[in-house]
Amino acid sequence: MQALYAQLLVGLINGSFYALLSLGLAVIFGMLNIINFAHGALYMIGAFCAYFLLNIAGLGYWWALLLAPIIVGIFGMVLERTMLQWIAGLDHLYGLLLTFGLALILQGVFQNFFGSSGLPYAIPDQLRGGMNLGFMFLPIYRGWVVVFSLVVCIATWFLIERTRLGAYLRAATENPTLVRAFGINVPRMITLTYGLGVGLAALAGVLSAPINQVRPLMGENIIIVVFAVVVIGGMGSIMGSIITGFALGVIEGLTKYFYPEASNTVVFVLMVLVLLVKPTGLTGRAA
Amino acid sequence: MTTITENTVPAPPRAIRDEMIVFVIMAALLAIVPFTGLYPFFVMQALCFALLACAFNLLIGYGGLLSFGHAMFLGTAGYCTAHALKVWGLPPMLGILVGVAGSFVLSVVTGYISIRRQGIYFAMITLALSQLLYFIYLQAPFTHGEDGIQGIPQGWMFGVLDLSKPTVLYYVVLVGFLAGFLLIFRTINSPFGEVLKSIRENEQRAISLGYKTDQYKLLAFILSGTLAGLAGSLKVFVAQNASLTDVEVAMSGLIVLMTLVGGLGTVFGPVVGAFIIVAMQQYLAGFGQWVQVIQGTIFVACVLLFRRGIVGEIAHFFKRSL
Repeated sequence: MQALYAQLLVGLINGSFYALLSLGLAVIFGMLNIINFAHGALYMIGAFCAYFLLNIAGLGYWWALLLAPIIVGIFGMVLERTMLQWIAGLDHLYGLLLTFGLALILQGVFQNFFGSSGLPYAIPDQLRGGMNLGFMFLPIYRGWVVVFSLVVCIATWFLIERTRLGAYLRAATENPTLVRAFGINVPRMITLTYGLGVGLAALAGVLSAPINQVRPLMGENIIIVVFAVVVIGGMGSIMGSIITGFALGVIEGLTKYFYPEASNTVVFVLMVLVLLVKPTGLTGRAA
Repeated sequence: MTTITENTVPAPPRAIRDEMIVFVIMAALLAIVPFTGLYPFFVMQALCFALLACAFNLLIGYGGLLSFGHAMFLGTAGYCTAHALKVWGLPPMLGILVGVAGSFVLSVVTGYISIRRQGIYFAMITLALSQLLYFIYLQAPFTHGEDGIQGIPQGWMFGVLDLSKPTVLYYVVLVGFLAGFLLIFRTINSPFGEVLKSIRENEQRAISLGYKTDQYKLLAFILSGTLAGLAGSLKVFVAQNASLTDVEVAMSGLIVLMTLVGGLGTVFGPVVGAFIIVAMQQYLAGFGQWVQVIQGTIFVACVLLFRRGIVGEIAHFFKRSL
């Protein structure tokens, strides 16, 4: 039973990353009509930011948690201003190709300087150790990742679904021209949205650094899993992405316990099943 | 908004005549390669990738479907052919047939799943399916995991052609490439191809005109996947191995890059693109990970600066269809 709970926890943690990443993808897709293939690379850069902040500037985990998303967010906004905005009116697929190219560049550069092996990043002192919950031993840092991710996800949901800024955002997703006519600066909102989306990816990167180490290719495989998550959940609903992300993480964790050979593939198999039964994805709206 | 390619020149009879002339020139140039002193293995490899890129282009350029997992057909056919040749000891022609049959079956299954969604979702689904297959091949015993299938015998084609001789092998690969290329060329100029283009331009309207677009898309997907498989089978004879690198996402990206550089939706673009990218891989092999950075830069430059690709720009300049 111990092992089962441990795998469930691992599943929840992976689910937190899936949720944060697919949430960012969905927000970006809503505003920019781009599937951000560079999301995995920016997740990796978020982790590297934490590493650099610690080893160069001497700023610890808590500063990284705040600064890395901001740095990567600004970097993302520069990318949006200099490149993505030029392909705004074109077919969605050009966005995919452009960001795929960006991902190759970013991962290639980091691989050149840091190889393929992992760099260690220590768990902060305040979150060391663990608790005995009676039925299992819970490392505090892992519990923290799940709770904090959940809080960030819900805060993002609140920002988009319940605030005035979010209302502008949703309106601009539906009809940007009309929203501009009301005097709202839509291009600036698009830039900020991209910054927010990749900032979430960077946050996931910082959270994952102490668990998975900092590796140049850490985002390469996870982004494809997140694509499958997005196909399963659909990008129409924010809450949908959050729930699907966590749920698939848990299912993956359970598979690791009951049938480890399939743990790499279970999300993709589920995607196939969902497509066969309900092609529009679980949250419904057709693309 | 629905069209990915900017190379949408209609094909009047003159265009087809132009394309036939270029085809004859291309075939003649390729036929004299063994006498020019060019390294035949380089050209053979490029021809395999050219066929692969042409098959990919049939989907994206004429059907508007971006498959980001086309490497799965290359790899599957490669594994099937390699297994048939080495373990079952089949002759080359049957080995190729086994490979093509493997990719045919795979394309029926994956096509049936992936055409259920359009546009961006289609790209993500094909990518995820190829990743699924990658993990299966990583664990399946017959692929030998990370090692791949090595030292595959080339054998005698039809019992008379010695495929271990580079020149003989070259012409066999060339015939395979030209046959696949002509089949694609015939397809895009057929009534079927016209319907496919109409789906690319406006699927809703094609449906309202009574076309069962799902069937057309599935058929195009199967044709594309099967021909990509032919490229994979031929590649086994050239490389004499079948390995996981042929199923990786990076390979799928490379196929997209070749077609993008040459020109999406052009007849000859994928061939030009494949030769350029394969040559680049060879010359830059010593630069390690910088090759990846260069590839990424080409991606970005192509999307931002010249979306028509090389052949597309030339065709646009001369106002011809190529």
